Amino acid sequence: MNIVHNLVLAVAGGALIGLAAGLFMLIEGRIMGASSLVAGLVGPVATMWRENALLLIGLPLGALLFAAIGGAVAPHLAAPPLALVVGGLLVGFGTRLSAGCTSGHGVCGNARLSPRSMAATAAFMLAGMAAVALGRLV
Amino acid sequence: MNANPLRLVGALGCGLLFGFGLALSRMVDPAVVRGFLDVTGDWDPSLAGVMAGAIPVTFVFYRIAARRGRALAGGALPPAPERTIDRRLVGGALLFGIGWGLVGLCPAPALIAWLFQPWALLFIAAMVAGMAIQRRVLREPVADPACG
Repeated sequence: MNIVHNLVLAVAGGALIGLAAGLFMLIEGRIMGASSLVAGLVGPVATMWRENALLLIGLPLGALLFAAIGGAVAPHLAAPPLALVVGGLLVGFGTRLSAGCTSGHGVCGNARLSPRSMAATAAFMLAGMAAVALGRLV
Repeated sequence: MNANPLRLVGALGCGLLFGFGLALSRMVDPAVVRGFLDVTGDWDPSLAGVMAGAIPVTFVFYRIAARRGRALAGGALPPAPERTIDRRLVGGALLFGIGWGLVGLCPAPALIAWLFQPWALLFIAAMVAGMAIQRRVLREPVADPACG
């Protein structure tokens, strides 16, 4: 596994994610933001709840499809339970406060050239880097 | 709102592509994500390719959609993005980033990772709780005029 190989996988996977986000706008006229779709399922009943549910069901099925054709999917989750709870709370609270996550701001908003999404992307990248760097110290 | 078959098939298809792309790009692996964020240590910048691969494709499709003016399944396109960068936006993104770095999961990959790492279900439950808490604490989705 060298960096060029991983970069090719990242760009190819990213292009598929971009295709999904692009088709979601072309077909449905909506922004493909995972946090908003999850929030739409667990909050007050959204008018598009069927579409939201189908897209979210498609996520694991798409990954299983990739594994079924021989793709390597073996996520390593090292965080202890307390970190999973704290991290999950921060991700849920933070993405709702800023109205977007890696897909909504990072892909879709930036593709719309939204200044808000550019600012949000810079902020969550920097915070993520800071969290990992601080984690190295403790 | 009636169920429009094109909307339903489109949503499932987009989810499949999204999930396939996340798996292919290795974004579903928290260790890879944390390696990408580990700029002061054992940095693996390869995940930068995800956004580099995604944004141009999405940009082109958004242009095509804007030229059409309406969604293929009917319905209007979203209004132009707001431009106000306030404390809620930046503060929320910072909190999200801390959680992302702590665990290595963001919302979409988390919904995949649990299939392979059942402990990710705990993260998903906490994430949904965090969303519910946000709705409780800040019921009005209106930015404080004193902010930003």
